Amino acid sequence: MSTGATGEIYRIDWIPGTDVLHGTCHCGAEHTAQDPVEMWEWMLAHPEGHRPQESSDS
Amino acid sequence: MPHTTAFARNQWYVAAYSHEVGREELLGRTILGEPLVFYRTEEEGAPVALADRCVHRRFPLHEKPSRLDGDRIVCGYHGFTYDTSGTCVYVPGQKRIPRTARVASYPVVEQDSLVWVWIGDPQLADPQTVPRARHLDSPGWVTVRGMEPIDADYGLLVDNLLDLSHETYLHGGYIGTPEVAETPITTEVDEGAGIVRVSRHMDDAACPPFYAKSTGIEGRITRWQDIEYHAPCLYLLHSRIAPVGVLPEADGSDPNGFHTEITYAITPSSDGHVYDFWMVSRDWAIEDAEVTEFLRGNNHTVVMQDVDALNLLQKTLGTERTGYQELSINIDTGGLAARRILARLVEEGDKPVEKVL
Repeated sequence: MSTGATGEIYRIDWIPGTDVLHGTCHCGAEHTAQDPVEMWEWMLAHPEGHRPQESSDS
Repeated sequence: MPHTTAFARNQWYVAAYSHEVGREELLGRTILGEPLVFYRTEEEGAPVALADRCVHRRFPLHEKPSRLDGDRIVCGYHGFTYDTSGTCVYVPGQKRIPRTARVASYPVVEQDSLVWVWIGDPQLADPQTVPRARHLDSPGWVTVRGMEPIDADYGLLVDNLLDLSHETYLHGGYIGTPEVAETPITTEVDEGAGIVRVSRHMDDAACPPFYAKSTGIEGRITRWQDIEYHAPCLYLLHSRIAPVGVLPEADGSDPNGFHTEITYAITPSSDGHVYDFWMVSRDWAIEDAEVTEFLRGNNHTVVMQDVDALNLLQKTLGTERTGYQELSINIDTGGLAARRILARLVEEGDKPVEKVL
C-alpha cells in the first residue's frame, strides 16, 4: 500500500536440504548466507557490493 | 518497557466487518490511537467514520445514550449534533454554533465485506489502493470469521503470521504438523507495492485434523501455504491441500485441490493493543453446515492459542531490559522483511506531505 511503486523485487530462497539462504536482488546480484539478518543487510545495501550475475559466499 | 512498533499513518486499515456497522448500534473502535465511531446513513447505507469524542466535553459518541437522528449523531451528554462530515449542526440553548464545533471525519471504503478507514491526511486517501480480498464476498465461497482484541503490540502479530513454523508447536493437533517447521520457505518482497510473500510447499505431509476432518482426506497430503502480506494491515494465506502427489492440471484448473483462503486484518488499536480480524474462506463443501461449524470452532481455538501466546509474550517483553537481544534464524526471513517494510511505511507516514503546486 505504498504510493511509491518501484517494481523492485527481492527474493530469498532457503535451499532445500541445507541451512543456506540464496538471495537475489532486483538488480540481479546474488548472494548466499546462513543468517537472514546478514542476508537482508546485504540485500538492502544495494547497490553497494551488488554486481549483477555474480555470486558471493559469506 | 512495553514492546511497541510505531504506527504507519497514511494507510488504510480494516476497522470492522460490514455486518458490525449499522444503525441500531453505534460502533466504537480505537485505531492507531484514534477513537472512532462508525454508523451507516439512513438512505444509502454508506458507512461513516467520525472522531468518537464530542467536541464539547469529550463524551464518547458511540456510548449510550448517544444516538442517531437520521444521518446525524446526537451526543448523549448535552445533545451536540453532528452531520456525516463531522460538522456540528446543533448545540443546546443557543443559535450560534461555534466555528470550531466539529469532529474529524475519516475516509471510509467498504469492500469485500470489510469496512476500511484511512488514518492520516484525508487528502492522501486513494480508495484504489485498498487491497482486495474478493473471496470474502464472492459467490462460491463460504467464510467463517471473528475478531479478537489482543493485548499485544501489532508487530508481534505480524511476526506470528509471517512465520508459520509456529504452527507445529503452538497449534499441534489442530493445524500444525512436523512438516511445517521442517520445510524451507521462499521469501519475496515487492518493495514498491509493500507486499511480502512467503511460500512453503510441502510435497508429502501429515494431514492436520483441521483439514482431515473437514475435507475427509485420509492419508498424507500435498500442502501449500502461500502468504501474501499487504503491509500494514491485510494478510492473505492461500492454502491448498490435496492427496499426496495430486497437483493442479496443466491448464491451471485444480479440480482435486482444496483451496482455503485464510485472511487476517492486523489493525493496531493503541500502543500494545491490536485487533485480530480472522477469516477462513473455502470453495469446497460450501453447503455443508457441519463443515462450516467445525471450521469456525476449530479456527477460533487456533486463534485463541495465538491470542494467549501473544498476551503472554507482550507481558514478558515488558519485563525485559531495554535493548534485549533476540535471535533470528532462517524461518524468520519473511518476518524480518515485514518488519523492514513496516519501518519504511512508518517513516513515510511521518514525513510532512509535499504539496503539489
